[in-house]
Amino acid sequence: MMKFNIRLWICVATLLANAAMAGDLRIGMSADITSMDPHAVNITPNNNIGWHVFDALVHVDADARIAPGLAQSWRAVDDTTWEFKLRRNVKFHDGSPFTADDVLFSMDRAEKLPNGQYASFVQRLTDRRAVDPYTVRVKTATPYAMVPYDLNSIFIVSKKAAANASPEDFNNGKAMIGTGPFRFTRFARGDRVELAKNPTYWGGAPAWDKVIFRIIPNDPARIAALLSGDIDAIEAIPTPDLARIRADKRFRLAQKVSWRTIFFHMDQWRDVSPFVTDRSGKPLPKNPLKDVNVRLAISKAINRQAIVERLMENAAIPASNLVSPPVFGHVAAIKPEANDPEAAKQLLARAGYPDGFALTLHAPNNRYVNDDQIAQSVAQMLTRVGISTKVETMPINVYLPKARNGDFSFSMLGWGSFSGDLALRALLATPNADKGYGAWNWSRYANPAMDKLLDQGFATVDEKKREGIAREAAAIALKDQAVIPIHHQIAVWAMKANINYVARTDEYTFAHHMK
Amino acid sequence: MNDTVHDPSALPATLPGFAPRFARDSVALAALAMLALLILAAIFAPWIAPQNPYDLAQLDLMDSKLAPGAAGADGRHFLLGTDEQGRDIFSAILYGMRTSLIAGSVSTVLALIIGLFFGLCAAWFRGWVDAIIMRVADLQLSFPSILIALVLLAALGQGLDKIIFALVAVQWAYYARTARAAGMAEREKDYLSAAIALGLKTPRIIFRHLLPNCLPPLMVVATVQIAAAISLEATLSFLGLGLPITEPSLGLLIANGYAHLLSGKYWISFFPGLTLLVLIVCINLVADRLRDLFDPRRTDTGSN
Amino acid sequence: MPGFLLQRLAQALLVIFIMSLLVFGGVYAIGDPMAMMIPPDATQADAARMAAALGLDQPLWRQYGVFLSQALHGNLGVSFAFHVPAVTLILERLPATLELAIAATLMAIIFGIPLGLYAGLRPNGFIGRSIMAGSILGFSLPTFWVGLIFILVFSVQLGWLPASGRGETVDVFGVPLSFLTADGLQHMLMPALNLALFKLALVTRLVRAGAREALSLDYVRFARAKGLTEARVIGAHVLRNILIPVVTVIGLEFGSLVAFAVVTETIFAWPGMGKLLIDSINVLDRPVVVAYLCVTVTLFVLINLAVDLAYAALDPRVRLGGEAR
Repeated sequence: MMKFNIRLWICVATLLANAAMAGDLRIGMSADITSMDPHAVNITPNNNIGWHVFDALVHVDADARIAPGLAQSWRAVDDTTWEFKLRRNVKFHDGSPFTADDVLFSMDRAEKLPNGQYASFVQRLTDRRAVDPYTVRVKTATPYAMVPYDLNSIFIVSKKAAANASPEDFNNGKAMIGTGPFRFTRFARGDRVELAKNPTYWGGAPAWDKVIFRIIPNDPARIAALLSGDIDAIEAIPTPDLARIRADKRFRLAQKVSWRTIFFHMDQWRDVSPFVTDRSGKPLPKNPLKDVNVRLAISKAINRQAIVERLMENAAIPASNLVSPPVFGHVAAIKPEANDPEAAKQLLARAGYPDGFALTLHAPNNRYVNDDQIAQSVAQMLTRVGISTKVETMPINVYLPKARNGDFSFSMLGWGSFSGDLALRALLATPNADKGYGAWNWSRYANPAMDKLLDQGFATVDEKKREGIAREAAAIALKDQAVIPIHHQIAVWAMKANINYVARTDEYTFAHHMK
Repeated sequence: MNDTVHDPSALPATLPGFAPRFARDSVALAALAMLALLILAAIFAPWIAPQNPYDLAQLDLMDSKLAPGAAGADGRHFLLGTDEQGRDIFSAILYGMRTSLIAGSVSTVLALIIGLFFGLCAAWFRGWVDAIIMRVADLQLSFPSILIALVLLAALGQGLDKIIFALVAVQWAYYARTARAAGMAEREKDYLSAAIALGLKTPRIIFRHLLPNCLPPLMVVATVQIAAAISLEATLSFLGLGLPITEPSLGLLIANGYAHLLSGKYWISFFPGLTLLVLIVCINLVADRLRDLFDPRRTDTGSN
Repeated sequence: MPGFLLQRLAQALLVIFIMSLLVFGGVYAIGDPMAMMIPPDATQADAARMAAALGLDQPLWRQYGVFLSQALHGNLGVSFAFHVPAVTLILERLPATLELAIAATLMAIIFGIPLGLYAGLRPNGFIGRSIMAGSILGFSLPTFWVGLIFILVFSVQLGWLPASGRGETVDVFGVPLSFLTADGLQHMLMPALNLALFKLALVTRLVRAGAREALSLDYVRFARAKGLTEARVIGAHVLRNILIPVVTVIGLEFGSLVAFAVVTETIFAWPGMGKLLIDSINVLDRPVVVAYLCVTVTLFVLINLAVDLAYAALDPRVRLGGEAR
């Protein structure tokens, strides 16, 4: 009897599974979605949903370059004034028209929401006003070129629906009214988000009637769900499974160089660094990481190609820059340092370390693709040129507070940024709280010449000129070996063979770009 | 009730004649032989293993993920294949077994002693002693091992001693509660009332009379818990909270290979998993037999 | 009896208080929650502003004071990661986890007691030995590994069961339950079995040990000698003897099932409390961790109370209350 029942369930379930509508798309997401409120928690999974239901004035295209969104065009009226022309005839999901009022309301809300994490994108806009229902002007205190970039992060909500709305009002759908390609249906925390087609989307109606984002952070479980047919597409394919899926005719891969770069910060500020000693464990008279030759030796000791092939299964490219090739400010002239253990040993000897030294390398073990494996391989390679290297890995929640506190000497970080100068500002500019420089400069690298170029770039409204300055600044830091870049990740999606996806550098998974 | 007075001090299994009696069960004997072999292999790992898997300088990324029997960059063959770093799985198993055995047995013994002590105290003294011990146990049991391990990791760093500490911290409360339950039931029995009436000293009653009678259920839990401890260590490793990644235990090897299970590179976690399975099966078969022989209430020898 | 309950209640409150202290200290020892919260592009000023908004710029003792005074008003804080009251999050996830834990416990009892009894009564038979050998499998392999093998076999290879997630739910008095739908049951089968394996092995072994012990006791021998039927001997005497340890362990294990369903929930993407806890620990979401542990401690105390009451019912010699009389 029991057996019979189980079989019955299985039959029923198979029927149910097959009964899923042809117009449905089920996508497996790699990280938890915590809130529907587009101005509350600034993390990628939340923004990913935000981009389906809402829109911003400025979009980012598949190459991580800014593009028109709800604003059809924009220009700098003068050094401190920007004007955005809004798209006409755009309607919210409830049928009400989209106007400048909604833009101003959304900026206000992002700035004032208690604990909101988007305030920094509007705080520099000191004066915000509607010139007419389809024109918005904002002013900044000093010349600031990044206004369109910042506004890419501000989702536009409906003033009517979201007035006085709390995050819970978004979670339960009451305020979840946007202009995006999908309407919100349901949010089951920790489980899924369900969306339905917005047939009147200004960018063209999406191909799916219904989209279900399932939250499956465990890698093998996500792959298994795809293989078993539970879901139609997944993001963030674990590298061990790439070969299998590539060989399987039922599925298709979409991939693109991501904006995420994996690199190592090196202590360049202490004379005695806590995790650098001589080979017998005794302290060294000075910190070898402060010597550019030692840093260059480290870079030459690393076989990036081997890491890319063996660990990343070619889902990465060797890096020389902080930002990947498609991204604004990438310096193509600087090539990844070739692996040359002999040259590395000579450089070490010339720097006064003929016997090398000892080092403990720190890395997270649950943050970046293969992070703990990369750490081990780098340690392997450094050990081979005489830098006897130990590895300590830990979960990101233990790692990050310690790293920010300056507890480590040689530590891994992954970074995604849509422009090279923004990356430099956070990672390598001399730390300066007033200017917001160097918030993630764990190396405490300091180079006034580069800082000056950054100042100049952020005040340069002309995009072409700014990119030139950004490249110049990046070249200074890279020639100093300020950090050791390892690779740029390649973002990979897998889906059933009858689905196509335009892969994105910014790693977002957009149902409206699946066809 | 139908209780009879036991004299638990008269253990039926005396040491002379113990070995032949143990050997009467051929399955247990085979398990003992296998266990001895594994323990010896673990002890002599540095001499048996073709590679020191804990020495990064001996690993080569170019040998990464080779199948069992394949030849590496320098022409050397890897009996059971290699992991991502080019680490010889056979060597890693030998070394890993050592770490797992130490972690599992040391933590279980410590936890058993601590748990037994507090559990019997609670059962014997009752009142506020019982209340305090049991509420601390409640606290412990509901406090997740992951959080304990994380706090230790953050405060003290990685290492086998910290893992053992975490495992003991997680496990002692199980023993305490089980010992208390057994002790409570025993305490009401006539032989203990008799012992009290005879004016025997409390420690003597607890250790000579109460303890041996509470041991059987605890031994069941303990043999299961050795395995559970090894497996918990694996789970902590799986969650990134275990041992240093460059010095893998069996559990950490399984956890690392886990990501490759779906891709067909089964050997990275299959062989360590198999070793763990055999190890634990042997421990349990031997422990079952020992329990049968030492159980104060059993006089038959369970022939086979 | 009421005195006993009242006493237990007071103890429970004390335990919860100590727990909250420990968690505050523990999270503080791991690291600054701000480090996990600030978006990459935030400047130092943004970080300082966010810390101030959450009170994280205050010294720890003051943060604890704020927590305590809010807790006394029934507010256990707002999640850093979800921006929703922590208690809401936990209560929302509770049904999914309880459902899973109850299903697993039922499986362990329903299969474990008969298997253990059989193995205890025929310890040297082939089946009895096979049961014992099989039970070793239940706890020797890590849960996460077995879980994935299940998925590999039953979902990927055979395609019988869904790989992950919670199926359709039906609201019963506002509580979403999935065991009332065919789809829900299907989704539950693998995770419940995965979670049950360890307990199943434990119950089987405990029952076997208890049964063997009981069979050698004189009163059972008397009962047999008196010519009572085997069924009556087992039902009345043997079972009674094995139930106390079984109840203890099940009580214990039920609590740990709830608290440590973490791994199973992670692998099967089951939206339960265990997953919430580990996610919250991962981002140092202190309010959720504190609230979660307060809830589980309460649960534990209640379960232990139930276990103690069960002892009293099973064994009239065990008296309730602290004092030896």
